[in-house]
Amino acid sequence: MYKLKLIIKREFLAKVRNKSFIVMTILSPLIMVAMVALIAYLNIKNSEEVRTVAFIDQSGIFTDVLKDSKTTKYVNLSPLSLEIAREQAVESNFYGLIFIPKQDSLDLLAKSITLYGEGSPSLSLIGDLESKFQQKIRDIKIEKMGFDIDKIKAANTKVEISAEKYTGEKASKVGSVLKMVAGGAFGYLIFMFIIIYGTSVMRSVIEEKTNRIIEVIISSVQPFHLMLGKIVGNALAGILQFVIWMVSAGVLMFVISSALGADFSALSSNTPQLTPEMTAHMQESVSGNLTLVLHELKDFPFVTLILSFIFYFLGGYLIYSSIYAAIGAAVDNETDTQQFMFPVMIPLMIAIYVGFSVIENPHGPIAVAFSIFPLTSPIVMLMRIPFGVPWWQISISMLLLIITFLGVVWFAAKIYRVGILMYGKKPSYKELYKWLKY
Amino acid sequence: MNSLLKVENVVKNYGTFRALNKVSLEVARGSIFGLLGPNGAGKTTLIRIINQITGPDEGQIFLDGEKLQPKHISSIGYLPEERGLYKNMKVGEQSIYLAQLKGMSEANAKAKLKIWFEKFEIGSWWDKKVQDLSKGMAQKVQFIVTVLHEPKLLIFDEPFSGFDPINANLIRDEILALRDNGATIIFSTHRMESVEEVCDHIALINKSNKILDGNLIEIKKQFKTNTYEVGLVAEDLKVLEAELSQKFKITPAVFKSLNNDLKLNIKLSSGETSNGLLNYLSTKSQINHFVELVPTANDIFIQAINNNSHV
Repeated sequence: MYKLKLIIKREFLAKVRNKSFIVMTILSPLIMVAMVALIAYLNIKNSEEVRTVAFIDQSGIFTDVLKDSKTTKYVNLSPLSLEIAREQAVESNFYGLIFIPKQDSLDLLAKSITLYGEGSPSLSLIGDLESKFQQKIRDIKIEKMGFDIDKIKAANTKVEISAEKYTGEKASKVGSVLKMVAGGAFGYLIFMFIIIYGTSVMRSVIEEKTNRIIEVIISSVQPFHLMLGKIVGNALAGILQFVIWMVSAGVLMFVISSALGADFSALSSNTPQLTPEMTAHMQESVSGNLTLVLHELKDFPFVTLILSFIFYFLGGYLIYSSIYAAIGAAVDNETDTQQFMFPVMIPLMIAIYVGFSVIENPHGPIAVAFSIFPLTSPIVMLMRIPFGVPWWQISISMLLLIITFLGVVWFAAKIYRVGILMYGKKPSYKELYKWLKY
Repeated sequence: MNSLLKVENVVKNYGTFRALNKVSLEVARGSIFGLLGPNGAGKTTLIRIINQITGPDEGQIFLDGEKLQPKHISSIGYLPEERGLYKNMKVGEQSIYLAQLKGMSEANAKAKLKIWFEKFEIGSWWDKKVQDLSKGMAQKVQFIVTVLHEPKLLIFDEPFSGFDPINANLIRDEILALRDNGATIIFSTHRMESVEEVCDHIALINKSNKILDGNLIEIKKQFKTNTYEVGLVAEDLKVLEAELSQKFKITPAVFKSLNNDLKLNIKLSSGETSNGLLNYLSTKSQINHFVELVPTANDIFIQAINNNSHV
């Protein structure tokens, strides 16, 4: 135990003192915050820009539709001919020129409108114009058919479905979003951690092999203790790094957002094209059903989520990092790791992809199966837990994870013990199998 | 209880390959034991078993009369052939770490390291990183770390590799001094002249079997062929050579001498003595050179391996 502590300490310090570790730890939050800030800044700049668009409306139908908005100003050049207007538009550096010819029928007109401009115009502008013209033509047609437009408008009703559980409790849509985000974030965190620090364990094993220090060390300690020490030491360094990232990113965000003032909140309302429904729902529900959201938050399985996060985090990391350690022991240098890395990455990738579908259907057969299968359960189960998982599924999943953990560690330790003293050639899977019997 | 280490009928298999076949050894307390053998004979496997890096499939090992067990790790110091240090760790810090793994306290390790660093005149390296040291420098650090915890049993595998002659001598003298201070040493090498210099006792392993084991002088006696190297001067060397060839088994010899003499190896059959040969030669010629041919460790090694391979 004392020796294990020594090894953990050395591995931790070796990792933490590493220059690239220090650089990554300091730079990552800065880069992240800088990127968010840059996007926010560009967004603000983008929305501040006002485009001027000229138009020639020979049909005379659309002039009242083209009203100035926050982002677009319209200039009526209808008296001019197309050629002169075009020259003027170029001269005045207008963003575009809409040409609406006179046509006999509305249907023909709908197909003969042109937008002139430099290069290709923005899709949102075209979309905006198209919907405006469509609406107008529709209104005219409806009127021609002899209906009252105001009555038709009055017939439009906004429908909103409110979600409720069978037990009768109200479920807000914000709650669902929150569950998605929390589960997804935790699952993704485990995925990233396994990949980053599993690889780091593997590198550290390879380093000991190439340095030829391994035989000196294992004449003093058991190979299993060395492996365990490495895994734990790297994990501690990783946890430290994550904590530093979280804290510093939080602090930086706070500092920058207070420096930019309300601009940050402007960002969220200025990006509706990314997730229109989601933000719309959120805004509406937040203003409308604040009490409901609070109620939902109170019911949110925080304790279960945190506890199972710790469990699945440890289980997943230990399983995968011991596999990584065994891979490191089996090869002489990092380039040889590829053939063994691939099969390890497959379940991880599957877990992440399945995780996305879990968000759609948290209790479907695929979600259930992969949240019980031990190589994917650390990620998939965590994504499901916020939606409420029956206790028997969690129990089976955890039990399987523990059994797999013991099996994998036993297996990895065997490969590791033999592999660290093997130099020269890259072993085949057949040879690895033979090592198990040494 | 004269032997510190006792290896009894040790067998080790790697899959279907038998790396050690019922090998038994006894290493006398306070001696230097040469463990010799060609590449791939099984020496390293045996050494790893003694270090408990791997376990034997059959057989037993006793250290100081006790069955080998994990607590003995701190009684053994091992300098493996494949050796190295953590490249980006500082020399001092690393030495303390390795000493702690052998069960020393930090303070004790530090104090002893200072003494050794002083002795090897490398005190200024304490805060250097290993990657800034030359190979020879790193080997010195490695040697110190191996012996620092004053183990009863020291195992050196090719300890001189990477050293220049001056430092090799320094290390050899330290090894002899350690023996004189009571340590028992197992010494594995392919450099036969160093076997000659330091070993009291040797064992030879070939193709997983021990084929030779004993006191170095005894083995030399066993391997000597009763052959004498002579340099003779006479009026007609051709006639002399013809005469001698009638009476003895002779082969030409090569050595340096000041005279233009007849250089021969003369092999005596059992019953004949060196004095008899001397008397006979003195009647025929002037004897300038007369030496008993003692087999070197190198000769013994090659002959034993060849004999074993032909069986």
